[in-house]
Amino acid sequence: MEIPYTISTRPDTGLWNAKIGIWLFLASEVMLFGGLFSAYVFLRLDAQPGEWPHGLLNVPVGTMNTAILIMSSVTVVLAWAALKMRRYRAYWWYMLATILCGVTFLFVKLYYEWPQKFEHYGIFLKPAALEKYEQYLGNSRRTEKGMEPRIEISGHLHNPEALKDPNIKEYEIGLDPVYVDPNNPANDRPHFLYVPPTDHVATIEKEDVQRIDTFGPWHSAYFASYFTITGLHGAHVLGGVIVFVYMWLPVSKRLYQRNPEHLANRVEVCGLFWHFVDLVWIFVFPLFYLL
Amino acid sequence: MDASTSIDTHHDPHAHAGEHEHHELGWWRKYIFSTDHKVIGIQYGICGLIFLFFGFCLMMLMRWQLAYPGQVLPVIGPIQSFLDQHQPAAGHFDPWFLPRAFLSPFTKGVMTSEGYNSLGAMHGTIMIFLGVVPVAFAAFGNFVVPLQIGAPDMTFPKVNAASFWAFGVGGVIMLTSFFVPGGAAKGGWTSYTPLSDISDKGPGFHPFLNGQTLWLLGFIFLITSSLLGAINFITTIIQLRAKGLTWMRLPFFVWAQFVTAFLLLLAFPPLEAAIVMQLMDRTAATSFFLPAGMIVNGAPLHISGGGSPLLWQHLFWFLGHPEVYVLILPAFGIVAEILANNSRKPLWGYKSLVFSVLVIGFLSFIVWAHHMWLTGMGSTVSAFFQTTTLLISIPSVIILSAFFISLWGGSIRFNVPMLWVTAFLPMFGIGGLTGIPLAFNSADLYLHDTYYVIAHFHYIVAPGTIFGLFAGVYYWYPKATGRMMNEFWGKVHFWPSLICMNVIFLPMFLQGMLGMHRRWYDGGQGWTLSGEHIWGLTGFQWNTPISWAAWIMGLAQIPFIINFFWSIKHGKKVNDNPWEATTLEWTAPSPPPHGNFVVTPVAYRGPYEYSLPGREKDFTMQNEPVESAERSRRAAEPMLVH
Repeated sequence: MEIPYTISTRPDTGLWNAKIGIWLFLASEVMLFGGLFSAYVFLRLDAQPGEWPHGLLNVPVGTMNTAILIMSSVTVVLAWAALKMRRYRAYWWYMLATILCGVTFLFVKLYYEWPQKFEHYGIFLKPAALEKYEQYLGNSRRTEKGMEPRIEISGHLHNPEALKDPNIKEYEIGLDPVYVDPNNPANDRPHFLYVPPTDHVATIEKEDVQRIDTFGPWHSAYFASYFTITGLHGAHVLGGVIVFVYMWLPVSKRLYQRNPEHLANRVEVCGLFWHFVDLVWIFVFPLFYLL
Repeated sequence: MDASTSIDTHHDPHAHAGEHEHHELGWWRKYIFSTDHKVIGIQYGICGLIFLFFGFCLMMLMRWQLAYPGQVLPVIGPIQSFLDQHQPAAGHFDPWFLPRAFLSPFTKGVMTSEGYNSLGAMHGTIMIFLGVVPVAFAAFGNFVVPLQIGAPDMTFPKVNAASFWAFGVGGVIMLTSFFVPGGAAKGGWTSYTPLSDISDKGPGFHPFLNGQTLWLLGFIFLITSSLLGAINFITTIIQLRAKGLTWMRLPFFVWAQFVTAFLLLLAFPPLEAAIVMQLMDRTAATSFFLPAGMIVNGAPLHISGGGSPLLWQHLFWFLGHPEVYVLILPAFGIVAEILANNSRKPLWGYKSLVFSVLVIGFLSFIVWAHHMWLTGMGSTVSAFFQTTTLLISIPSVIILSAFFISLWGGSIRFNVPMLWVTAFLPMFGIGGLTGIPLAFNSADLYLHDTYYVIAHFHYIVAPGTIFGLFAGVYYWYPKATGRMMNEFWGKVHFWPSLICMNVIFLPMFLQGMLGMHRRWYDGGQGWTLSGEHIWGLTGFQWNTPISWAAWIMGLAQIPFIINFFWSIKHGKKVNDNPWEATTLEWTAPSPPPHGNFVVTPVAYRGPYEYSLPGREKDFTMQNEPVESAERSRRAAEPMLVH
């Protein structure tokens, strides 16, 4: 028994089966990421003053990753077009380029962007202690200017043993540049280029600390959303890469030799998925990196 | 395009070679790991019915606690005292560890309050997501839809199998959660946060293998399953309709499944997003649903805060409300088929039915906040949701009215499927009408979370949907097996079920209006308001007849179970079209072979051409060509001919 319209189109709908299938799947994906982005909006609107951090991500690296993904969307179309023109060799190279773009994107995420977060500490101060650390926070000027107050001091923790040892009464933290010069108007907006923590060490007494955490998902609603959404997006990229690798391997060449149109259809539906994953990133990038 | 067509024809011989290999499938590939839509449908059906009965058993246990709070349960009590006497020596293997783990909701044969919560949460979850949806949507949809549209199978048979096995994994995870330390999830079937973020956590619980986390993991598989199923159904209905089977010639059942598939496709993913977030809250210490300053057991939680418990409710009910229609629409479809068949009349208002079901599908996405009146939303928002909620009752009433009018003047055959269907109509009517007070913010503030709500939605799902499902089982059983189910035992199943359903749920309206809260684990004993008398009994005393009715209804299912399995071998043999029905599934052999049809069907007419004037038989099947005489007679009726 053969299912009709797996490769050729049904005359009255003008579509083959998998093309409808993938668009339906993408519709459900829109609802999935739509749910997560709504949660982002909901939580961000709900956030108390100073609770929603800005400028903690590396914008140039994010921009590069955006460019890589967009490039891969172009190469996957070229791969499909090459198949349609029955030029397998060109298809093979374009597919390889797509796969490499996907892998590079994931590599940057998993080996560069994410691990940094788990070594970077944020110290949330008790409301009563904010005054005491005014030299790092610059809140009087911020209040004057009508900006949200700073309630957290972040940077590189010099004495991580203090986290466990109750006898150590304070944290020594190598400050992020913002806290070295909090009244400098240049620090009111996030920096475009990433600036590492300075050698300027601040001592913060434990009794003034409400909470100390790394920049992991437990840090704030912002990082919770960041890790969940980029994680789920990364899982989609990984899924796409795995499927593309299958289509690039010799096993798919055999399918091409039997029926090139079948392989072209497969590349087309997976390409549609890939464009969607790309599109999600186009939303992720401004929401987390820029806004 | 030219290239593709020429290659397709070139490709054909290979495909046929592959087909011949398939005929040699072994037993495992044929009946267990099958890709045939009929086998998958039956697998879904049997698993779903088992889960339905299991979920009902949980409720039968809870009914004891409500009628006789704090007393030792029969059966469970003796088993547990036996287990308590056979405690393993320290360091020795416990041969009874499985029943011991399963009976964790009880202590010395008495239900604990945590146990009650756990059984309640799992009753709802299992009944809806492992019972009714798999049977109503996946089982009937899989078995009947391709046959009704004249297709050889679903468009993606392997995806179909994957859908079933994802459901299987989800079901196994849910069942496993009964055996982990601390027992199954306790947060209610809605898993409201922040409670479900912090329950089943801490000393005595495994960080991952605990009730609530397993509930979330199981759900991810169930959502995947319904997503794959929904894609498959929609694509199949769009692509594989037989020649001549235009959209307005589709049986109403197909329309109902089509809309249901869209609801599953679009409503489940936001819940999946919410479930991923709750999973992150429980395992990665995020605070999506936890506000700052939470104090649990006297100690502040070490969390970042900044989350919102209300966010969960929004995402949950964004699924939750369309889900209600996922439960009822397939039942509407089944009822429509059986109603037309047994009243021997065309379904009244076919077009209105189709448009109503489409409008329901659309509106069901914008009514969800009516589950959240108690959260204190502003009057503008609640006015919007009250309006949409009342609007959605219009198409529902159109559908029910069309069904009633279809009965008018028919020579009705009261066979077993028809009995269930005729019971469905008033039962669903009661369920629907009692929902209207809940649609109004002001009335709902009083009725919310009382037994009134329980009675309302059970009237829709239990004597509504489940009656529809039973009707469908009795109706399509001869197609699946070539044999009828026993008529007499079918009636023995039907009458006690109908009576018990009403004894169970009618008094709950009264209890609810008295103010009895649905989550009291002692059934309301000792609460002043449940001491009020209605019809000679206090609110609390009503629990006893309700519970007995529930247990009797449990017994009434036994004839069905026996009948179901006995008839496979011993039922009365019937021809391909025993009900003298008109739709295409009855043109296939019973049971249909792999690939379904001997002759690829072509549809020439609408789905319900019963009692056509000037015909010998009182039914005209969809694949019967329209003769020239009939064509000229019908020229005046363009709607029928299309």
